[in-house]
Amino acid sequence: MTLPLIKFENVNKWFGTFHALRDINLQVHRGERIVICGPSGSGKSTLLRCINRLEEHQEGKLTVMDIEVTDDLKSIERIRRQVGMVFQQFNLFPHLSVLDNLTLAPIWVEKVSPEQAKERAMQQLVRVHISEQAHKFPLQLSGGQQQRVAIARALCLTPQILLFDEPTSALDPEMVQEVLDVMTNLAQQGVTMLCVTHEMNFARAIADRVIFMDEGQIIEEAPPEAFFEHAQHPRTQAFLNRLVA
Amino acid sequence: MHHHASNLLPARQPPSHNIGVVLWAKHNLWGTPASAITSVLLVLLLLWSIPSLLEWSVFHAVFLADADQCQAARDIGACWGVVAEKYRSILFGRYPFDAQWRPLLATLALTLLLVMSCRPTSWNRYLAVAWICVWLLFFALMGGGKWFGVPTGLVYIPTDQWGGLPLTMMLATLSITLAFPLAILVALGRRSSMPAMRSICIVYVELVRGVPLISVLFMASFMLPLLLPTGTSPDVLIRVLVGITLFSAAYTAEIVRGGLQAIPRGQIEAAYTLGLSYWQTQRQVVLPQALAHVVPSLMNNFIAIFKDTSLVTIVSLYELSGALGLAISGDPNWRPFKIEAYLFITLIYFCICFAMSRYSLWVERQVSHR
Repeated sequence: MTLPLIKFENVNKWFGTFHALRDINLQVHRGERIVICGPSGSGKSTLLRCINRLEEHQEGKLTVMDIEVTDDLKSIERIRRQVGMVFQQFNLFPHLSVLDNLTLAPIWVEKVSPEQAKERAMQQLVRVHISEQAHKFPLQLSGGQQQRVAIARALCLTPQILLFDEPTSALDPEMVQEVLDVMTNLAQQGVTMLCVTHEMNFARAIADRVIFMDEGQIIEEAPPEAFFEHAQHPRTQAFLNRLVA
Repeated sequence: MHHHASNLLPARQPPSHNIGVVLWAKHNLWGTPASAITSVLLVLLLLWSIPSLLEWSVFHAVFLADADQCQAARDIGACWGVVAEKYRSILFGRYPFDAQWRPLLATLALTLLLVMSCRPTSWNRYLAVAWICVWLLFFALMGGGKWFGVPTGLVYIPTDQWGGLPLTMMLATLSITLAFPLAILVALGRRSSMPAMRSICIVYVELVRGVPLISVLFMASFMLPLLLPTGTSPDVLIRVLVGITLFSAAYTAEIVRGGLQAIPRGQIEAAYTLGLSYWQTQRQVVLPQALAHVVPSLMNNFIAIFKDTSLVTIVSLYELSGALGLAISGDPNWRPFKIEAYLFITLIYFCICFAMSRYSLWVERQVSHR
């Protein structure tokens, strides 16, 4: 078996006195697609945000692509170049055109020439079916379009891992599917992804493993069929029942 | 279920808003009794004030530089002759009369480059080189004598004889261009995660804001030389320039900080996630948005700095308004016509401030991307 891309070993995290992550142990291998679900406040986003150091953990060891996540700025920046992230609120840069949103990091971080960066950006925009909007500004687009641009932006750095933090939660219902379609497409192309979402049909269709979190702990971890049909823990069962009902 | 329409309605043009002058006036000038009364009162005010204003400023005014004619027309008509007589000492202060082509040329070069710098499309390295050249030219022309050991071929004029519009323009332009980057650093420092950096910036802003500009100028001009060993104190112009710069940077920093606070945390996180460093994030993502939010207050502040340069008069640097006082107050023939002279420099100040304000509006439109 290959080395895991991401490895949590007894990771703990507090916000003040609030114990947000409790003894997290998790390994993610190349090409794996993992869906994390659970009630709000259960630590799903925090877990994701520790991976690229948007939050810092206080205990335990977290390794991403053989680099230990510590205070060291250099290694944090190295990790961030390899780990793309898509946010609930899209977080596109409103003062830059769609194209400039995509070329910003290749030009400034990877020092790619503007022409090359533009070419790469256009490829990614085609991949998320939005190349005709390249010269618009983010606030001129619909929510679904903005989120697809955000995915393309993350892809421009050819990341080894993609993190999705509730990517469809801020969208109007009719736009959810267009974003899920793009994500399904990526999943089928073998991209390693960790996805916090409440879209259980999506989880069923693409996940290799589904993780259920509650009160900062990983309660259950199983392939989708087992997870949805034979959840072991009563809390998981209660959560799934609420979603279905 | 109620059935509404089998076909979708086609889109229509909105009802016409293309109305004539009469309808516009009806809507806007006497649409309601209150607005009708206001309109009538304003028209009466104009009818009452315009004729007497025109009589004073045009029909009974004296345009020749003749003090006796002006005396005769006193209280009836304006004496624009004072401008004709004194404009050179108002515009250039105590600068030697025969050499006044030098400040004229220096001011023209500076103004030309300022206007050329307004368009973002011209912001490239050539512009930076042009600015360095123009400042070298400006100080070489104004000062003359030897310039870093290189003789300029011009008579040396010490800075205490510089004055008028060139001094105003130079002080305002330099203090704004120096204060702005400093203000950005201070604003970022106040939001820094490093406690020492944060404290220094807070102390600086609070100290400077607690003192009037006049006392800062006094300290720069009179106290600093006392504290430094004799002969090591820099030129009064430089001390005053540093004073104004540090003073305005504190105010500008607070405006910039207001803009920084309007940027959602998610913007910074998104930039970090893409691998951008702290400075890249500030430069590419945070500052462009933060500054765009505060364009009106920034320009408001710059206009205030421009006019605040008139305070340097109290440390014997005779910029535009100081030069006016110098030119008129010492001359009993023309002293009664100070108001006309003040209207003249008011016009100069207004033109520059109005240009700045229109530029600000243009910039606001450029940075909105909705």
